[in-house]
Amino acid sequence: MRALDAKSLDYKALNIKIKSYLSSGIKELVLDNVNGQRFIGDGLKGNCKIIINGIPGSDLAAFMDGPTIEVHGNAQDGVGNTMNAGTIIIYGDSRDTLGYSMRGGELYIQGDVGYRVGIHMKGYLAKQPVIVVGGKAGDFFAEYMAGGIQIVLGLNLKQEEKLVGNYCGAGMHGGVIYLRGDVDPAQLGKEVKKMAVTEEDLNIINKYVVNFAEYFKMDREKIMSKSFIKLIPYNKRPYGNLYAKW
Amino acid sequence: MKSYILPDFTIERDNTRCNNCRVCIKQCSYEVHFFDKEAAQVCAEEANCVNCQRCVVMCPTRAISIRKNPNQMRTNANWSEEAMKAIYVQAETGGILLAGMGNGCSHPIYWDHILLNASQVTNPSIDPLREPMELKTFLGRKPEKLAIKNGKLKESIPPNLELEVPIMFAAMSFGAISLNAIKSLAWAARQEGTFFNSGEGGLHSDLYEYGKHAVVQVASGRFGVHARYLEEGAAIEIKIGQGAKPGIGGHLPGEKVGKEVSETRMIPEGSDAISPAPHHDIYSIEDLRQLIYSLKEATNYEKPIIVKVAAVHNIAAIASGIARAGADIIAIDGYRGGTGAAPLRIRDNVGIPIEFALAAVDSRLREEGIRNQVSLVISGSIRNSADVVKAIALGADAVTIGTSALIALGCHMCQKCYAGKCSWGIATQDPNLVKRLNPQEGQRKAANLLQAWKHEIKEMLGGMGINAIESLRGNRLMLRGLDLTEKELQVLGIKSVGE
Repeated sequence: MRALDAKSLDYKALNIKIKSYLSSGIKELVLDNVNGQRFIGDGLKGNCKIIINGIPGSDLAAFMDGPTIEVHGNAQDGVGNTMNAGTIIIYGDSRDTLGYSMRGGELYIQGDVGYRVGIHMKGYLAKQPVIVVGGKAGDFFAEYMAGGIQIVLGLNLKQEEKLVGNYCGAGMHGGVIYLRGDVDPAQLGKEVKKMAVTEEDLNIINKYVVNFAEYFKMDREKIMSKSFIKLIPYNKRPYGNLYAKW
Repeated sequence: MKSYILPDFTIERDNTRCNNCRVCIKQCSYEVHFFDKEAAQVCAEEANCVNCQRCVVMCPTRAISIRKNPNQMRTNANWSEEAMKAIYVQAETGGILLAGMGNGCSHPIYWDHILLNASQVTNPSIDPLREPMELKTFLGRKPEKLAIKNGKLKESIPPNLELEVPIMFAAMSFGAISLNAIKSLAWAARQEGTFFNSGEGGLHSDLYEYGKHAVVQVASGRFGVHARYLEEGAAIEIKIGQGAKPGIGGHLPGEKVGKEVSETRMIPEGSDAISPAPHHDIYSIEDLRQLIYSLKEATNYEKPIIVKVAAVHNIAAIASGIARAGADIIAIDGYRGGTGAAPLRIRDNVGIPIEFALAAVDSRLREEGIRNQVSLVISGSIRNSADVVKAIALGADAVTIGTSALIALGCHMCQKCYAGKCSWGIATQDPNLVKRLNPQEGQRKAANLLQAWKHEIKEMLGGMGINAIESLRGNRLMLRGLDLTEKELQVLGIKSVGE
């Protein structure tokens, strides 16, 4: 393990240092005093681990392909943007467009997430990306979703607080959303339908809740004791009938 | 519901030539020709015909000709047959009219109103067949000045694309066109020292061997974008918009999303591939800068980043913003740019001609003193080598060709790319149709086109007494406007003929 003080380094200098440490064979790197530096872990490959103490800037782990990143603090926009593989664990909140067009890997967020999270998530056969949100999500959650699994647990929701914002799953045409609790159909995009979870769904949820509970030192059984619903698209071609051939 | 829509075409079969061999039945992917047992001859369901010319070309006895339906409706100057047909279609379907290829409206084609110069007596012309003629083009950021120390450059030049000819193949995705079509262009790009563009559908694994000649695109749908894809490409293009449909996203119809497209794009088979209208992580120039630098960080600043936009009203200010956001190359696509599918009304009514956009952007970037920071690549109906020369004299560093390249592969402009039934094996994913385009033949034709244009460009340059394309770049004195208004000449920054 190697520690690196990010204090007063700009993002370019910091990322050059991170890459040079990792290319020298270091498998675990601790970044202290991270304060808004963008693009940490962009395009990184392999199975290294980066532990961030502080608040990383936008596009953390964009296009990342394998590593594990722990954030001890909140994260900004675009975490895991178009990420292909790896795991990100955020011990705090994260903001907008988290997991935009994610293709693989897993994101675990202890707290809340912002707008347009998990939009255009992809999936193909066994390669299905996963986002687990401990708190609540903003508007347009999982918009245009085409594959993968997104789970919102809504732990510690205050009275009147909702699991997800409006237009949840708008334009969705693949993948599945699991919500712990219920959702008002008025909050859903018109392309999604609400369904009861099956035994198979619960096994899938449990698999990721096990990880979530372990990362954040929570009681898995307590999380699983509340009922879940699932959201899936009506149709994999929501706009198939929109056009007339000219 | 009784349809009022008449067939667009009528098929004339010369029965003295037709020997009922049924090649036309086999060749037609639109199910027009059929064998009528009672009549004991091949007949046609004309309503299905799109005039792709496949049967005409393949008929061994040249028995078939296709004509525009000779029937004439009672039209007037305001209500054309086409205007009425659009209403019948929408009344019957309630749908958005979907069209293929570029805007074909009868607006002026400004390239044809711009004429080139040639040397007479003074500054003699050069014969390119016997004298050296340089077309080499570098695309990317150029330094403010060259500082030299001990006979070497003090600072390294930012990454640039090196082209042997200032023409690249336009972005056309695997999905919109077939793998054989892309392979043809990829091979030709490698052969001729230029680049093809993956479009927004990712890079099929068969295309990685052409990576050094690939521009890889990152569009709002982020299809097929991952670390290796970014690494393989020679440059990365952020697609904000395209000339055929500025302001809207893309829908690759489910008909074209087969197993391999589904795998490359990571979306369900048979679903529409939806590209949102905006990138949802870009709502400002600052956000664009963030994606540009995210890509630069992910690829260690080793590749130029292109930002592609459609030519729209405030294009000069937009281009200035893109340059300041850190792009190395700006690609601008004019309103006649092609597409696999676009809503008809958007294709035909949104955006501006590339000639004006190019002139306005080049002038603006020069005025602001930042022209060296970016290269300009333009597109939107470059039909021949003269269009290329005019574009470069107006200020472009290079052009891209899409429709011209597809025509080289055999496209006959039936403009039904969205149907997925392209009988020439180009804009289709149907395995039986795809194999009609032999990549060995396609690559030769695409390379031949580039070679032919290269020779013609050299001839035109030589005629102007110029021996390097660099000396033509932005050299608007080599251009004169014919039949243009004072204002048009002013925006284009060129003099009138005779001046």
